[in-house]
Amino acid sequence: MTAARFELRKVWVPALLLIILLLLVALPYGRPGYTVVLVYTILMYIVLTMSWVLFSAPTGYLSLAPAAFFGVGIYTSATLSMKLPLPVVICIGGLASSCLALLVGALTLRLRGIYFAFFTFGLVELMKHFVLWYELKFTGTRGRFLIPVDNNTIYYVMLTILVALLLTTYFIRRSKYGLALQSIGEDEEAAAHTGVNVTLLKVITFAISAVFTGAAGAIWAIRLTYIDPYIAFDINNSFMPVLMATFGGMGQLYGPILGATVFSYLREILITRFPYYYMLLIGTILLVAILYLPNGLVGLIQRWHKRAPGGQHANT
Amino acid sequence: MVTFLNIVIAGLLLGGLYALIAVGLSLQYGVARVANFSHGEFIMLGGLTTWTLHTGFGINPLAGIAVCGPVAFILGYIIHRTLFKRLFASSASPAIFESNSMLASFALMFIIQNIASIRWGPELRGYSYLRIPVNLAGAVFGANRLVTLGFALVIGLAFYLFVARTRMGKAIRAAAQDPATAGLMGVNIDLVLALCFGFGAAMAGIAGMLISLCYPVHVVMGQEYTIIAMIVVVLGGLGSIPGSFIGGFVLGIIGSLVTHIDPGLSLVAYYLIFVLLLLVRPTGIMGR
Repeated sequence: MTAARFELRKVWVPALLLIILLLLVALPYGRPGYTVVLVYTILMYIVLTMSWVLFSAPTGYLSLAPAAFFGVGIYTSATLSMKLPLPVVICIGGLASSCLALLVGALTLRLRGIYFAFFTFGLVELMKHFVLWYELKFTGTRGRFLIPVDNNTIYYVMLTILVALLLTTYFIRRSKYGLALQSIGEDEEAAAHTGVNVTLLKVITFAISAVFTGAAGAIWAIRLTYIDPYIAFDINNSFMPVLMATFGGMGQLYGPILGATVFSYLREILITRFPYYYMLLIGTILLVAILYLPNGLVGLIQRWHKRAPGGQHANT
Repeated sequence: MVTFLNIVIAGLLLGGLYALIAVGLSLQYGVARVANFSHGEFIMLGGLTTWTLHTGFGINPLAGIAVCGPVAFILGYIIHRTLFKRLFASSASPAIFESNSMLASFALMFIIQNIASIRWGPELRGYSYLRIPVNLAGAVFGANRLVTLGFALVIGLAFYLFVARTRMGKAIRAAAQDPATAGLMGVNIDLVLALCFGFGAAMAGIAGMLISLCYPVHVVMGQEYTIIAMIVVVLGGLGSIPGSFIGGFVLGIIGSLVTHIDPGLSLVAYYLIFVLLLLVRPTGIMGR
């Protein structure tokens, strides 16, 4: 029975994913521009959330650096997009972010716990001030303009980044390397004693996760068309991945994806409907989620599934 | 020589503020275990409330302390009693509580900032009070900035004595070491933790009032001060009041030195100190 169900899972999960992917690929045809923009905005938040999850979920290090990596991607795109073709710009954006991650990681990932969160929180502000100082001093500008690209291109680039990120996450989770990461989260000292090079592993994973955030920033810059340090290094881009992942629940791989989808859609609606109150509403929703949904949406679904007749085997 | 003196005194004046903010955060994180990212928002509330009281009702900004301190305290106390206490009870381990409470503080930050922006809007709010030049051994400073330092020192000292000498202070120190055991020894742990969170908020509120004496205040000022508070807390050593003051003064002097050279780089300089410290002595100057 168990074996049969296992086989079935092996078939329908990839099939479902393939169908979703095909639907997403086909989505821009015959749709209004707004739908495309809305969906790639959601995809962008999924990328931010999943790349945050890639590092922070297994290791337990709460990183608030995504906005810094995102901003580096944005600035890479702003300086290079007129000189180089788009795919190259996006790759460079990702690499530039991961270089920053390597540097920051090498400096701070020896530290445990809260210091890392404090440090990465300030990093965003640091980058903002540094870029602002640099721009005013050396280039004499405050903001930069980018040449817009049509929505479908942005959409497909974002989708490609997301697929690459999900594949990376999947393979890391399944590998020996993913197990080692998990062991760091469980007990770092024990992991070190079993021969895991904890610092190296953390730094590398941090850098890998930054690649995707940076790439997403590079394409997002083109959608923004005008950027300055305040737009590029917006601290909310650090909070959103953390909150979306928590909202979805980090126990399962699909949790953060679900959380990011629901939350970013909610965010778009709230911003358009209640532009003056949306932070208040988002904050309240979060507080409720933290208090009453300790395992996020996934926990809610699982609980609901258990209660439904015939669903007893769902979690086995 | 006078420039040097100028820089050092300006640094001390700035450092007093930094220290006060850091003591507040240090209490909230060191005792109540809430890494409070909304700390700066209480500072913002203090500053803007003082502005409203002064410009709207003609109340002396220094008398604002009688409003900002208690109101922030009550707000902090209630928030801990309703929100963080529940989280503390429902979290399986201290590590889980730490991350949950951090997330809750993000949400608080959004909520407080939004309410403040509905009330005060995005403008810079400043007023002129006690801008009398005072000559200190050749260096000239506004009386308002000296008042700021004086208040910060008095509050810091008073709180230090409270923690070191009183029975409640002893309970706070016990709770900082081990909340579960302190509870078993008869310390009313919920009360102590909520008090500490409230005191932290009160210090932020008072610091906001003092900041509004010297600089214009606005709705999104909080984040910068949260970061500074975090750096000072790490610099001075978590949970140490004298450490916070030393850290605050060190950071203040470095800040005024760098501002003298290039104002755009002061945060970058703070960060270099932060990195150096984390590499050399992550427990901070006075840390154990």
